[in-house]
Amino acid sequence: MNAALPVPAIAGRADLEAIASWVPPGASVLDLGCGEGLLLKYLNRSREVLGYGVEISDANVLACVKNSVNVIQSDLEAGLAGFDAGSFDYVILSQTLQAMHHTEEIIMEMLRVGRQGIVSFPNFGYWPQRLQIMRGRMPRSDVLPHLWYDTPNVHLCTLSDFEDFCATHAVRIIERIVMQGDRRISFAPNLRGSVAVYRFARV
Amino acid sequence: MSNSVGAVTPQTMHFDTPLACRSGAVLDAYDLMYETYGTLNAEKSNAVLVCHALNASHHVAGFYAEDPRKVGWWDNMIGPGKPLDTDKFFVIGVNNPGGCFGSTGPASINPKTGKAYGSSFPVVTVEDWVEAQARLADRLGIARFAAVMGGSLGAMQALQWAIAFPERIANSIVIAAAPKLSAQNIAFNEVARQAITTDPDFHGGDFYAYNVIPRRGLRLARMIGHITYLSDDAMMEKFGRSLRSGAINFHFDVDFEVESYLRHQGDKFSEYFDANTYLLITRALDYFDPAAACDGDLARALAPATAKFFVASFTSDWRFAPERSREIVKALLDNRASVCYAEINAPHGHDAFLLDDERYLALVRAYFENVANDLGAQV
Repeated sequence: MNAALPVPAIAGRADLEAIASWVPPGASVLDLGCGEGLLLKYLNRSREVLGYGVEISDANVLACVKNSVNVIQSDLEAGLAGFDAGSFDYVILSQTLQAMHHTEEIIMEMLRVGRQGIVSFPNFGYWPQRLQIMRGRMPRSDVLPHLWYDTPNVHLCTLSDFEDFCATHAVRIIERIVMQGDRRISFAPNLRGSVAVYRFARV
Repeated sequence: MSNSVGAVTPQTMHFDTPLACRSGAVLDAYDLMYETYGTLNAEKSNAVLVCHALNASHHVAGFYAEDPRKVGWWDNMIGPGKPLDTDKFFVIGVNNPGGCFGSTGPASINPKTGKAYGSSFPVVTVEDWVEAQARLADRLGIARFAAVMGGSLGAMQALQWAIAFPERIANSIVIAAAPKLSAQNIAFNEVARQAITTDPDFHGGDFYAYNVIPRRGLRLARMIGHITYLSDDAMMEKFGRSLRSGAINFHFDVDFEVESYLRHQGDKFSEYFDANTYLLITRALDYFDPAAACDGDLARALAPATAKFFVASFTSDWRFAPERSREIVKALLDNRASVCYAEINAPHGHDAFLLDDERYLALVRAYFENVANDLGAQV
């Protein structure tokens, strides 16, 4: 598609690298809360993925236009009514799940519109955060930088919480990557991982 | 006038090839009035066509040396360093056939009869206009537009271009649009038309011979139209319930400022706009429905399009509400077309597409920078 153009870096967003590694060339992708469109730009240029972003913020929509990324300004909380069932291979929600009010609805919508869903979110069970709570403080970290009174996050969870959610909502987890910084964590991930990425489908 | 294309001169192009209209009528020969800004590059690849809406013209940007107050209707959008940058693009504005700003229209003399066309002028459609615009492009040596752009009825032409001439348009810029009018939209148009056609000075459309114009009808048509271009909030903000003389006067003449404003708009409009053109253009709006030929399936209607799309709507626009633009976006998505869609939170109603909203202008600017970059990549 844009093979001649430079492939933008998504370094520093290890979760985006993990997500990108799951998307095969030529796939169709809907990236919910796509921000400035960096993942889509990367996917488009590195593997000719046909992608659309959904964003509510004016600044991010403008950034997507500047990044030559397809974007549709829309409020995710209102669902994905503008998108047909099964119309995308992958529906992605990166670092946005924890800020959604309608959490159950958006996961169900992702699996209505997409064959598979991919989410990434900060793991609330990450040990330094547990330590801060034991010391009597709301946790703050690289992945949870906000102060308790000034945060977009409303639905934080741990890996175990998310996996329970999937089990009770007929969602089948296909693949999971847990990270701490750039490192992948396989031993005691719910304790040692700061960010989790899941790929899932309907049961 | 900073960033203006400066003093501009309209040009006329004569066409002898008959224009076979969708209605079956034929316009044997016609003139098109147009203006251009910027420079056509050697490859002739940087042309942008700007389509006008209901009451506008080919005078899109710049001003006339003899009357510097006559500034183009989209001058805030188009000029050197502006969102549609005339340092990069060759921009064309054209008055459509049936218009009243110099292109052949109902007030023009029909060479066959020696009299004004009047009621005999063909009921032209968006499709006919786009065909005429394509012929103008042919004559200017433009095989493919970098973009076709319009707001409202102009946006319908930008859509029609993408459908009718997919190989001749790289980008379609569709602002404050609808894929077809709603019953309410048509109803407003019908009230406007009735105002004109029931004016005793209308004479069945052949009023030119009587040396009169259906001024009352045009005033009413404009007043009702104008209400639909503004949002309730914008009108309240602008006029509130302000009184002309500070008190109500228990009469039916002007009490409220909004009445005075509407009358002024109506008066002004009736001075320069042709009544038959108003009928024709509202009808072109009513009839535009590309999905109709595809059993109402807009995605199928847009399937031939290969252009990239920029679609924008304004939250307070109730004439062509954001839902209408989302229908277009949905159809484009179904076709896997490239599309950027912005829903701009602006208070001004339908007219917002003509106004200086920073977010809106920044988006158009960014989009046209991509269009310019794509041109560079082709060379």
